[in-house]
Formats: sequence, structure tokens, C-alpha cells
Amino acid sequence: MHLRSVAATLALASLISAPAAFAAERAIDAAKSSISAEFTQMSVPVNAPFKKFSGGVDLDPAKPAEARAHFDIDTASFDIGDDDYNAEVRKPEWFDTAKFPKASFVASGLKPTTPGNFEASGKLSLKGKTIELKVPVTAKTEGGLTTYSGTVSISRKAFAIGSASWDDTVEDTVKIRFRIAVPAAG
Amino acid sequence: MRDAARYGVTILEFFAMSANNAYTRPAIALHWLMALMIIGGFAVGLYMTGLRLSPDKLKLYSWHKWSGITVLALALIRIGWRLRHPVPAPLPGQPLWQLRAAHYTHLALYVLILAIPLSGWLYSSASGYPVVYLGIKALRLPDLVAKDKELATALKQVHELLNWTMAALVTVHAAAALKHHLIDRDGTLRRMLPSR
Repeated sequence: MHLRSVAATLALASLISAPAAFAAERAIDAAKSSISAEFTQMSVPVNAPFKKFSGGVDLDPAKPAEARAHFDIDTASFDIGDDDYNAEVRKPEWFDTAKFPKASFVASGLKPTTPGNFEASGKLSLKGKTIELKVPVTAKTEGGLTTYSGTVSISRKAFAIGSASWDDTVEDTVKIRFRIAVPAAG
Repeated sequence: MRDAARYGVTILEFFAMSANNAYTRPAIALHWLMALMIIGGFAVGLYMTGLRLSPDKLKLYSWHKWSGITVLALALIRIGWRLRHPVPAPLPGQPLWQLRAAHYTHLALYVLILAIPLSGWLYSSASGYPVVYLGIKALRLPDLVAKDKELATALKQVHELLNWTMAALVTVHAAAALKHHLIDRDGTLRRMLPSR
């Protein structure tokens, strides 16, 4: 009985996203995407999501080298699931969310590695520092949605995140896990 | 033994009693080692929860969890040992209510030395922090439940409630041991002491 309204919604959605399709950039479907950071404290892995981010992907599967993508991540949306922790990571020693409310990743160029897998080159900007990253990405298209997922390790110290007093409890390596969903190309 | 039989010693081996009026050395060692770890873990637990977030707080939480898992392992060893090495029967001449009280206090303590570490482990899992025993990554314990904030809040309360129950029972247990030693002047406490 909801079929007609679902169809109408889909039609409407395709109309709305039509201009984006012309611009060749597809906005990410935030509800179906996730970006999280896994840090390790006292050898205990703790994975916590960034709840707010936006961005878009401009990728023609035929020309991966020309692919472009950009993501903006709201640093204050990092949610460890505990008020004390959340207040701590917003402090100047960590994300300094008051001064650096956004982190961004700008990808330029995908290199196919194995079928369905790519290596994205890009720049991660966090807390006023920008570092070049090579990110392994797995692409999957299903039900009109393409998801790009992967994990990349970064050094928190390279971005001056966390003061020295935490060095013996919180490891330097932080894993960023991402699952970016966009409407399938074409 | 007759009194013991009357207050309803179960037929389970666990409650079987030895004719010998002595605890085995491993039983004594396990008793005191666990007593120290339980009192230490309880004190650290009380102290750490009030601290503001800091590296030291995280270390204390880890030590607390490691000691809890150690208590759980020792509890299993202790129960296994007791199944093969029955404990001595209560000394004769005690009123029935006292034998009953001792029996149920001991039973509850055995339940709690399993339930308290397990509730802590469950609480840690529900909070999204796996337990990595001794900080050795290969000794990461499985998560007993998935991360769930509401469940974590409930488990925290369960963990606390069980601990206060244990604190009350340990107080009764220690007071009873002292009563035997100082007032009754019998050998109940002495037979649990290492030097005999």
C-alpha cells in the first residue's frame, strides 16, 4: 500500500539530486554513511563515531584518475558515549573544537589496485595541519547506492592531538574507519 | 557432622565435608589471595569512579578490570579445587542458626566472586570498552554483549549493588571469624591461617 508513496518519494529524490548529477558530484548520503575513529587506550581499542559530516564524490568509474571527493567532518560531533570523555576530546590538547571545528579530507585521484579496490590520494586537514594520505578504498554498488569503505591509520601526534601526559595511556596510531555512501554513478 | 547433616548439607560434592579438621594449603592460599584482591579491587573501584578523567584514571580502571578477571579465574580454580578437596566440617557445639547463617553466607560469597567480575565484564562490554587482560592485546577477552548505553547504565547499577552486598557479607564473614576466635575461642579462624 505504501508502494505508490515510495515510488513518488524516489521520483522526487531523483529530481532533487538531478542538478547534482549534472555537476557530476554526488552528495554523500549521511544516513547511510559513517566515519569513526578507533583509538587505543591501555591496549583497549575504543571506536567512536563522528556524528556530523558532509561531502561529495565526483567519480566517473571510467576515469578513476580524475576522481575528486571532499569531506567535512564536524570535530565536535565525535561521540565516545561518555560526557567526560566527550568534554575531554573537545579541549585544546585534543581536537580544540572551538578553534578547529572542522576537519577535512580532499581526495584527488583514485588508483585501481585490484577489482573493486582503489587507493585514494588526498589531504587530511585536522587541527590546522594538513598531511598527505594514501587511503585504501573498497567500492561496492548495490541497490542504486555506491559505498566506498576502508580504514586508514594516522598518527594523532602528527596533528598535535593529545598532550604528552597521555602518551603512555593512549597510543599514537588512530584508525579512521569510513563508509561513504553516494547515489550510484550514471 | 550430625549438626551439619541436620542443617541440610546438600549431596553435591561442593558441600561435602572432610573428616579431617583442616583446610588444604591451596585452599588457604586461594582464600587469602582472593581476600586481598577483592578488598583491593573494591577500594580501587570506589576511588577511581570519583576521579576526573585523566591518564591515571584510565590506568586504575584497567588495573581494576585485570584484578577482577584474576578474581574470576581464581574463583573457578577455587571451586574446582573444593570439588576434589572437601572442606572441614564446622566445629561441633554450634547452634543451628549459626551453622545455617555460615552456610548461606559462604554460598552467597561463592556466587558473588563469580557474579561480580562477570557483571563488571558485562558492564565493560556494554560500555564499548573491551577488556584486554593485563594490557596484552592477544589476551583481549570477547565482548559478552554489544555496546548499548542503557544496558551499560543498568549493568553499572547491578555491579555496584552486588559489590555492596559483597561488602556487607564480607563484614559478616570477618566479624563471625573474629567472634569464633576471640569470644568462642575455638579453632575456626586458626584453621584458615597459613601457619599452623
